[in-house]
Amino acid sequence: MRIARISGKKITEEQGQVDVNLLDSLIEKYKDKKGNLIPLLQGTQDIFGYIPIEAFEKISSEVGIELSDMYGVVTFYAQFRLNPVGKHIIKVCHGTACHVQNANAITDALKESLKINDGETTEDGMFTLESVACLGCCSLAPVMMIDNDTHGKLTGGQAVKIIKNIKIKESN
Amino acid sequence: MENIKVIVGLGSCGIAAGANKVFEKIKALKEADNLKFELKKTSCIGMCYREPLVEIVDDNGSYLYGDINEKKAAELIEKHILENEPIKSYVVQTDLFETPDKEFIEDQVKITLRNCGYIDPEKIEEYEVRGGYRAIRKIAGQRISRLDVIQTVINSGLRGRGGGGFPTGLKWKFANNNKADEKFIICNADEGDPGAFMDRSVLEGDPHAVLEGMIIGAYAIEATGGVIYCRAEYPLAIKRLNIAIEQARENGYLGKNILGIDGFNFDIYIKEGAGAFVCGEETALIASVEGERGMPRKRPPFPAESGLWQKPTNINNVETLANIPWILLHGSEEYAKYGTEKSKGTKVFALVGKIKRSGLAEVPMGMTIRDVIFKIGGGIQNDKKFKAVQMGGPSGGCIPEHLLDTIVDYDSVNATGAIMGSGGMVIMDEDTCMVDVAKFFLDFTQKESCGKCTFCRAGTKRMLEILTRITEGKGEEGDIEKLEELSYQIKDSSLCGLGQTAPNPVLTTIKYFREEYEAHIRDKKCPAKVCKPLLTYEVDPEKCTGCTVCAKNCPTDAIDGARKEVHFIRQDDCIKCGTCYTKCKFDAIKIY
Repeated sequence: MRIARISGKKITEEQGQVDVNLLDSLIEKYKDKKGNLIPLLQGTQDIFGYIPIEAFEKISSEVGIELSDMYGVVTFYAQFRLNPVGKHIIKVCHGTACHVQNANAITDALKESLKINDGETTEDGMFTLESVACLGCCSLAPVMMIDNDTHGKLTGGQAVKIIKNIKIKESN
Repeated sequence: MENIKVIVGLGSCGIAAGANKVFEKIKALKEADNLKFELKKTSCIGMCYREPLVEIVDDNGSYLYGDINEKKAAELIEKHILENEPIKSYVVQTDLFETPDKEFIEDQVKITLRNCGYIDPEKIEEYEVRGGYRAIRKIAGQRISRLDVIQTVINSGLRGRGGGGFPTGLKWKFANNNKADEKFIICNADEGDPGAFMDRSVLEGDPHAVLEGMIIGAYAIEATGGVIYCRAEYPLAIKRLNIAIEQARENGYLGKNILGIDGFNFDIYIKEGAGAFVCGEETALIASVEGERGMPRKRPPFPAESGLWQKPTNINNVETLANIPWILLHGSEEYAKYGTEKSKGTKVFALVGKIKRSGLAEVPMGMTIRDVIFKIGGGIQNDKKFKAVQMGGPSGGCIPEHLLDTIVDYDSVNATGAIMGSGGMVIMDEDTCMVDVAKFFLDFTQKESCGKCTFCRAGTKRMLEILTRITEGKGEEGDIEKLEELSYQIKDSSLCGLGQTAPNPVLTTIKYFREEYEAHIRDKKCPAKVCKPLLTYEVDPEKCTGCTVCAKNCPTDAIDGARKEVHFIRQDDCIKCGTCYTKCKFDAIKIY
C-alpha cells in the first residue's frame, strides 16, 4: 500500500525554525477555491522542499481543512515529503525500460558512493536519493534526473562521476 | 544563406542527450560570425536513438543529422552552411538519398505526431501554418452541429488511446445526452505507464493539437470547463502547455463566444498530478482533481452522468485528443482508411528496452508486431536473441516469439493476454529474466494499489512475496499454482482497472515462460543469469592472471590466491554481489 513509503523519522530540530509567514500569499490565492488541497500542498513543498508540521497547522486553521484529511492526502501521493531534503535531489528512474537496462546498478553505485539508502539524505544535506517510477526518457535508459537535469545511457560509474562533479562545483 | 534553416530538436530526451549544448554552440557560432541562417527549435521527432538531432533545410531539401555533439555541430556549420557541402555520413534521414535509417521512417503514418519535430511548439503561428485550428474554424464557419461533430468521430472508429479502447465518439455522445448547467472535459495526461512516453512527446511537441482536440470536444458535449491533468514529472510539457493556453486565449480559441459561436464559452486550466499511478483511472483522477486521495469510485454513475463536482464529465487521453482535429479536418473516411475492421487509424508506440532503434513510431493499426520491432525498430541490440515484448505496462503482458506475427489492434493484442495499453513496447532479449520482470511489475502495482479493495491491497502483496521468494531460490512446488489462483481472485474482486489487470504480467509470463519459473523453483537456477542469489561465480583458471583485483575488491574476502597465481572463490562466503565480475579485466569470472 502506498502509505508504506513514508519513512519513520517525524519531527526534527530544523522543523522548529520554519517561517510559516511564507505561506500567506499561497493561502490567499487558493483559500476559497474548490479542490484546493493538493495545490496548497504542492505550493508548500515548493517553498520548504517538504511539508513541515507547522504548515499543516497553519493551512488547517486558516483554510479550514481537517488535519486528518491533509495527512491522508500527503501520505497518498508519492510527490509529498514529510522530511527535509538535501540541496540536490537525485531521482533514479526505475521504469520498465530502465529496469531491463539495469537501473539497479545505478542506485547501488549511488548508495555506495553517498553512503545512504534509497529515500535518505546525506549527512551534509547535499543529496537526497530517490527512486521514481518513470521519467519518460525511456529511449535513453537507464536514466537519472538531478534537480531538473536528465542524464541518460548511464552506468553506475558514470552516475557516481556526475555526483562527484556536482560536489566539486559546490566546494568551489 | 538567408534561406537556410537550422532546427534543433529540444524535447526532454533530446535535452537529456545534450541538445541544449548543441543549440547554444550553433547560436554562438552564428552570432560570432554574424551568419544569416535561421536558427529554430522544435521538439521530439521520434528518433530518440539518434538524439541530439539537428535538421538543416536548404534550397535542395531537408537533411536530418543525428548523434550531433558540439564538435559535429561546428563541422555542420563549416561544411554544410559555409561550404554548401552536406556531411552525408551524419545524415540519418533525407529524401535526397538512401540512409541507413530509412526503414525507421518509411512505414510510419503520422497523424498523432503530424507536427512533432516539425514545428516550434512555443509558437501558435507554426501550428496554424500546418493546418492547426482549421478544424475548429471549419466547425464554426460552416455551423457544423454538435451531433454531426460527434457522428464524424463515431464514424472514424477512433478508440480511446489511453488503453481502454472505448469508442471516443460514443463517450462524447453519452456526455452530450446528459444536460446540465456545467459540464467538464478532462484531458488525461497522467501518463503513468513506465515505459511509455508518447503523451509527453505530444504535449511537448504539439500542445496546440491537444488544446484544439479539447475545444472541439467541449463544443460537441457543451462543456463549460476544461482540465488537463498532467504528471508533475513532466515539467517541460507543463511549461509548453501553459504557453499554448495563453496563446490560445489571446487568439480567441479559448474564452467567451469562441470564434463567434454564440454561447460557446470555454477555458482550460492545468492540474498537476502528485504522483499516483491509479489516478490514470477515470474516477480516481476526478477525486484527485477535487483535491482528495485518488481512490476510484463505484460506477455507475459513470462520469458522463456525474463526474467532476457531480457534473457530467468526459475524459479523453492526450493521444486521442491529438487525433481529433485531424479527423474533423480530413473527414472520418480518411482516418478509417487506416487500420483493421475494429481498430481504425494509427497508434503511436514507444519502442524501448533492448532494441536497436528506440523511440516513437506511429504505425497504422494492423501492422504485425514483428514488423514494428524488426523493421522499424531494427531488431535487437547487439544482435542478441529476442525473448519477449512487454505491451501495456503493469496492466499488460509479455508476448513471446511465436506470437510475433500478431497484428497490432485492440482485439488481437488482447487475445494474447497482453493489452494494447497506452502503447509501450518494452523489448526483452535472452538476458532478461521473465520471473524478475513479473516481480518488477508486481512490485509496482503493489506499491501503487490505493488500498481500497482487499484483494488488490493484500493479494498483490502476497503475490510479490511469492515471486521474491522464487527469485531468491526459496521457491516451492505449488508456488506457480498459488500465483495463478491469487491472480484470478484479484482480477475478480477489484473495483478498478489497476487491480483487475495487475496480475496480467504474472499470468502471461507463466503462460509463455513456465519453464523459467520451474528452473527457478526446481533447479534453483536463473537461465537469464539475472537473479543474483541463484548464480554461482567461479574463476576461469585459463584466463585468470592472478592480478588480485577481484580479491582486493571482494567485500567478504571470499577470494583466495597469491599474486600471479590462479584465484579461487570460496562459495560458502560468496554473497553473489558480482563485484569480482565487474572488476575483472580479463573476463576470467564465469557465472553459472
